[in-house]
Amino acid sequence: MEEKLKKIKPYGDTLNDGAVQLSFTLPLEAGPRADAAALELSKKMGLEDVHVVHSNSLGLGFSFFVVYGKCRHLIDVEKLKFIETAFPLMEFDEVNRYIRMKIGRKITVAGACTGTDAHTVGIDSIMNMKGFHGNPGLERYSEITAYNMGSQVRNEDLIAKAIEVDADAILVSQVVTQKDIHLSNLTHLVDILEAEGMRDNVILVVGGPRITPALAKELGYDAGFGPGTLPQDVASFIAYEMARRKGGES
Amino acid sequence: MKKLDLDDKKIEKARELAGKIVSPVQEFISSHTTVSVERAVLRLFGVDGVNRDEIPMPNVIVDNINNAGKLSKGAAWWLGKALISLDCTLPDIYEKLEDKKFDITSVNGASDEEVREFLDTQAGEVLDEITGKREKRKSLKEKLGEGKEPLLYVIVATGDIYGDVVQAQAAALQGADIIAVIRSTGQSLLDYVPYGATTEGYGGTYATQENFRIMRQALDRIGNEIGRYVRLVNYSSGLCMPEIAVMGAMEELDMLLNDAMYGILFRDINMKRTFIDQYFSRRIIAFAGLIINTGEDNYLTTSDAVEEAHTVLASQFINEQFALRAGLKPSQMGLGHAFEMDPLIENGFLMELAQAQMAREIFPEAPLKYMPPTKHKIGNIFFSHLLDGMFNLASVMSNQSIHLLGMMTEAIHTPFLQDRFLSIENAKYVMNNTRNLSDDIMFVKGGYIQERAQKVLDEAVRMLEEVEQTGVMKAIENKKFASVSRSPGGGKGLEGVVAKAKDYYNPFEEKLFQFFNCR
Repeated sequence: MEEKLKKIKPYGDTLNDGAVQLSFTLPLEAGPRADAAALELSKKMGLEDVHVVHSNSLGLGFSFFVVYGKCRHLIDVEKLKFIETAFPLMEFDEVNRYIRMKIGRKITVAGACTGTDAHTVGIDSIMNMKGFHGNPGLERYSEITAYNMGSQVRNEDLIAKAIEVDADAILVSQVVTQKDIHLSNLTHLVDILEAEGMRDNVILVVGGPRITPALAKELGYDAGFGPGTLPQDVASFIAYEMARRKGGES
Repeated sequence: MKKLDLDDKKIEKARELAGKIVSPVQEFISSHTTVSVERAVLRLFGVDGVNRDEIPMPNVIVDNINNAGKLSKGAAWWLGKALISLDCTLPDIYEKLEDKKFDITSVNGASDEEVREFLDTQAGEVLDEITGKREKRKSLKEKLGEGKEPLLYVIVATGDIYGDVVQAQAAALQGADIIAVIRSTGQSLLDYVPYGATTEGYGGTYATQENFRIMRQALDRIGNEIGRYVRLVNYSSGLCMPEIAVMGAMEELDMLLNDAMYGILFRDINMKRTFIDQYFSRRIIAFAGLIINTGEDNYLTTSDAVEEAHTVLASQFINEQFALRAGLKPSQMGLGHAFEMDPLIENGFLMELAQAQMAREIFPEAPLKYMPPTKHKIGNIFFSHLLDGMFNLASVMSNQSIHLLGMMTEAIHTPFLQDRFLSIENAKYVMNNTRNLSDDIMFVKGGYIQERAQKVLDEAVRMLEEVEQTGVMKAIENKKFASVSRSPGGGKGLEGVVAKAKDYYNPFEEKLFQFFNCR
């Protein structure tokens, strides 16, 4: 990257033109006042050259806006703090091969959508045979034994299952995030694992639409996977992390 | 209009097989009751409220009777007997029950004839009241008129019933025809119905009778304002199916989610419990004139929509047979299906259209419930919005009735006000712009769409044959539906199943039996 582009802003059609689109609702009747409010708010958000390109009433004293503007702020790319994907992304066959070579036995994974959360779509797309977007799920890996406990599983039951099958890794899915219920539930699981003296013996992975790698670390998980994650991403991580802990990778 | 050249004999055969699948289960149902059926009966008699420990009164009474080992005679019997013997009112009974030593089944005095006569009279009055509510809804619908089918259905889910009211009224103003209040996550597994207006919920709002009332009034108000009837939906599913059916009938809801197998497969509720519960709940729904929405769409969130399409059709046939046996008319059966194929598949839209048109032709009178894409939405709101547009097109092209709107922010958050607006705008544009397209198109004989539909029907018949051989309980155990295995002895709520005694008495069951048999 060229020296002058260490500091960047959004791109529309010219480098660093700062072009941004946003949409939001304001609790105001549609009209000139509401448009002015949308404009003013966008400026406060750090945009200049703001255009409220669309506004209309949503009823009951609410209005909707689409706004374009140019972002004033620059980001210094070199000063960013983030968690790098610290494992190689492997495909289906590669993962199986890697496990055979580096671990020398099958890996066991127990997973569930815990707490009151009833949405199995996340855990199913990672664990079930079928997988997601043509990417086979963990059940289909010859070198992985996968137990998907489904939804609304208590943390205690998930741990009991992990003990029963001697799981190498535990997968937790959290879809419902209203009022941050997922946070207390996820912390609770770590607390019990620690109380049971199991925390260091398992690889603990969390996934869900609002999960980021940083959040996962903060909550005491080994990895976190967000939207668009494929089964092979999770399989790669678990296989690599096991090998690393065994001392086969550094 | 028939466009798929489906073999009527195969459709007939599928219905026959589904009937044979349901019959033995129906025999089991007839000889059993559950704690939730009994609580529903008490609710019909007006039992409501909570005791000093905030336990709902229907639970307090049924638990008392069950602990005394006498629930096999029916909860109504003991309540009726106590009311006459003590010559008192329900609040008097509640007061007595505050004393844990009081046992409602130990009250004596009234003769069996007196109890029976009392219960019959009361039940007759309650059913008359429900008939009145049904008539009232009918005339309000006629007076205000409804939107054009496919009716636009949106959900609200703020957790706070008063917040829901704002969202629901705004949605109605924007063009929504049907409002569903999503329940708080986990409510399906509560073996009681919470009481009163609630303002705290997770991922949704508790289904309570007071919340039903608040939303009903709000929708009637906005309906009168905009001159269009707005339907209200809630969930008669989970461990309290029958009770919520009663609450829905009392509070004049229009539709209830209610599936004969959903709870078993997706909530791990015991299958015996679910089969018994679905029957009584549907009995009430049938009488009250509500529409059920079945949950076949859910199969496709766990199984592949291309490969497992036939399981949806097979389940629709089974749901239909259970529904008929409970007295529901085809016009009350909102059989479910969904637009859930991977959008990257070549000709995927053709397969979706084939499935939707097939459901339309096989269940011509059913107000089919069509569910939007959710599984393949992963955060790209712009792509999701387009995907919803294609779904809207498939729906209007195949004359669906109840159309759940997809949200472009699916998999990100529960819908914002603007999400719902954009979704309604999308649907109104597509559907208005192609309103009579279905009248003007036929499908090529032997073409892709016809062949796809015929193949799915063939596979459904084959599946029903297999299910018929093993029985539905065994089939569920063998992962025939939604790739999930459940056993007859497993799952939640089995302890609430009770075999009826010879002298079991449920005045509603008897009266409804007469009603549906002479209809």
